[in-house]
Amino acid sequence: MSYKLTDYRGSRPTWCPGCGHFAVLGCLQQAAYQLGLPPESMVVVSGIGCSGKISQHFNSYGFHSLHGRSIPVATGIQISNPNLTVIAAGGDGDGYGIGLNHFIHAARRNVNITYIVMDNHIYSLTTGQYSPTSRKGFVSKTTPKGSAEMHLRPLEIALAAGASFVAQGFSGDVKQLTNLIKAAIEHKGFSHINVFSPCVTFNKINTFDWFRERIINLDQQEDYQPSDRLQALAKVMEADGVLTGIIYQEERKLFHNEIAGVKDQALTETPPALTQEQFEQLTAQYC
Amino acid sequence: MQQLTWKVGGAQGEGIDSTGEILGTILNKMGYYTFAYRHFMSLIKGGHTNYKIRVSNQPVYYHGDQTDILIAFDQRTIDENKAELHQDSLVIYDSKFEPKRLEQFSSCGIPMSKIAEQLGNVIIKNMVAIGVTAAVLNLDPQLFYDMVEARFGSKGEKVVSMNKSAIQQGYDYYREQCEERHYNLPADKASEIPMLISGNEAAGFGALAGGCRFLAAYPITPATEIMYWLISHLPEYGGKVVQAEDEIAACLMAIGANYTGVRAMTSTSGPGFSLMQEAIGLAGIAEVPLVIVDVQRAGPATGMPTKTEQSDYNEMLYGSHGEIPRIVLVPATISECFYYMAEAFNLAEKYQCVVLVASDLFLGMSKQSVPKFDYNSIKVKRSGLISDSELATLEPGQFKRYALTDSGISPRSIPGQKNGTYVALSNEHDELGREEAEDPYNRVSQMQKRFRKLANFSPDEWGAKYYGPDQPDLLLIGCGSTYAQISEARVQLEQAGKKVAHLHLHILQPFPAAAVRPRIEAAGKCLVFDNNYTGQLRMLLQQEVGFHNKYETHNRYDGNPFTVSEIIARANEVLQ
Repeated sequence: MSYKLTDYRGSRPTWCPGCGHFAVLGCLQQAAYQLGLPPESMVVVSGIGCSGKISQHFNSYGFHSLHGRSIPVATGIQISNPNLTVIAAGGDGDGYGIGLNHFIHAARRNVNITYIVMDNHIYSLTTGQYSPTSRKGFVSKTTPKGSAEMHLRPLEIALAAGASFVAQGFSGDVKQLTNLIKAAIEHKGFSHINVFSPCVTFNKINTFDWFRERIINLDQQEDYQPSDRLQALAKVMEADGVLTGIIYQEERKLFHNEIAGVKDQALTETPPALTQEQFEQLTAQYC
Repeated sequence: MQQLTWKVGGAQGEGIDSTGEILGTILNKMGYYTFAYRHFMSLIKGGHTNYKIRVSNQPVYYHGDQTDILIAFDQRTIDENKAELHQDSLVIYDSKFEPKRLEQFSSCGIPMSKIAEQLGNVIIKNMVAIGVTAAVLNLDPQLFYDMVEARFGSKGEKVVSMNKSAIQQGYDYYREQCEERHYNLPADKASEIPMLISGNEAAGFGALAGGCRFLAAYPITPATEIMYWLISHLPEYGGKVVQAEDEIAACLMAIGANYTGVRAMTSTSGPGFSLMQEAIGLAGIAEVPLVIVDVQRAGPATGMPTKTEQSDYNEMLYGSHGEIPRIVLVPATISECFYYMAEAFNLAEKYQCVVLVASDLFLGMSKQSVPKFDYNSIKVKRSGLISDSELATLEPGQFKRYALTDSGISPRSIPGQKNGTYVALSNEHDELGREEAEDPYNRVSQMQKRFRKLANFSPDEWGAKYYGPDQPDLLLIGCGSTYAQISEARVQLEQAGKKVAHLHLHILQPFPAAAVRPRIEAAGKCLVFDNNYTGQLRMLLQQEVGFHNKYETHNRYDGNPFTVSEIIARANEVLQ
């Protein structure tokens, strides 16, 4: 059975007109549509913030969880039922501030989820405070004299943490972003996509134009091979993190199959009740 | 009751636990009822640790106030445990040291370290101690040989024979060199060999039997053994275990797993439980079933990680911001750790809420000979899941996950089911699972719906149990692991002619008020035992059933379980 693009449409978005997140939602819908994924086979897990609303605007199973906690919820879902396509999504504050450690651990474990971060370099739903990805000197409500902190570099962290798929997209390039999301979903393992998704209300510095002027598009560099982690790291650092495309990809064993248990099997597949024989074998171990 | 108590003590790293484990296992296999308690410190080598076994002809739930036989590998063991000795106690010490302060007790020095060294490794002095114990108890040392083979067989014949020799030489040395002094094991035994199991193992087993197939947890004393148990058993039954990066993640992974229809849990102790508070609220509002077992230890913060306490009750009752319905079960015995854990999963699924199981270090890490768990008492009751055919009758997008039903319980779909898509969410929401914060009517109806769920859950049947005469002069009240000592004390007080009863709470939320109130009303005086400083159980009683001035209290917060004698002494004080 094939699906229509509108099958992936959830509630009407409440983002500000012009918000970069519309493009992320649209590209996720396009990707699911192009891949022909049944909505009931997908779970979109989000954190809290403007970005967190994406689970409600996308029609599939969804879990709008806690601030910074989309990844552990998504991990529990994915391990429990590997037949599902699990997308975790959030913002830069959600994923790189309060929830950063989960990102690192999911990357090194190679949990089979796609993690989309809508990175606008600012906390927006709380009306404009600097975020971990805000550049030094960034003026916001909590940094009236400019941020004192060096910005966090998500791609370098993803690469160092062992993510098996690392990409970066831009809300201003929906064709590329759709392809990146498709590739990430199809990739077996932890796929990280950082998306420059400008906030048009509170961030007057890192605007669509700001990104457009600076982005280096790897799709236009035919000689770039995303199979070498060291080279990928060098590429990211050379571009000061402002580049788009698939930065790194490798095949690596999946977490849910590496831990003890039956491979690729939903945990609901075995009956939850023990048989009397199983039960008695267990009690006998204590006698 | 026929009984005997034995304790071995030394520095950590000297094989104290395995000495106790071996003896306890053998006694249990012989059909005796045993209870074993571990005293240990938060370090790996050195310090003081001891392992105590009480053996009886009937089930015992506590290791006893006194020690009949003490085996001491060092002076510290004598000093730390002297208070438990009585006039008929026997102390056996390693003659590598000259014991002090032992004058009033019978004692016997045995060159346990030396025998072990001569056999090739000082570490096997604990096996020498086993041999000595066999001699003192008139047990055939051969009884221990099978166990030596089972434990050390994989290390080769040489290791096995060395350990056997250690047992034999300890046995021979005691019989030849020490004054012939023996202790009798109870004359009667159990009709069926009991299970020797710890509260933590029982909780893990109960979870599996209750249908749990996913655990995410972070290592923490004294809860880690639950994790060990499930790691070694869940995969065999189609389940999986994740050691999470922290307790926040552990709890959320369990919530994610439950969302997919798997019965899932997390296990922890105080500090980890504190980290889970926000996630508990999420499970509450998103109506995802969730089981958490908190094996309480002495807090706050790091507190005393290897000591027992019942000080997380308030956090279990009130923790997490906002308001959610919840169930708090408090197993009182090691068997109840098993049965309550299994039932916790039925309750969590039925009421789509958080079920907290309050164990503690004393219960979790002690081992008891218990009657074999009963298969027929465990039922995995699935409930609240909507079928594919029911979903097929709905218009697309019209599945009301949070439907306002009379029971408050709304049918639940699980990911993968066609036509059942919805968003589980931490935001207030409408029946369809759409975020809704502006409509006060919706908020009120969803709050009422969530709290309505537990209206039909009656805690009165098994949430409070009563033992003793109906109109007692004194009512002893406890909750959780204090059951053991309170019930022993009550029997002794009764034998001394006192009109004393015992009320024990097994569910704290919803509170079994209808079962508790008349008992308190009928009692002359009440004495509440709290293994904490502030009197969390006493405050809960005041809040739930009143009688504010009727409670005398006895609190213990030094990290140790109550003794029977302190309960009797306090009871007599109150009775005067």
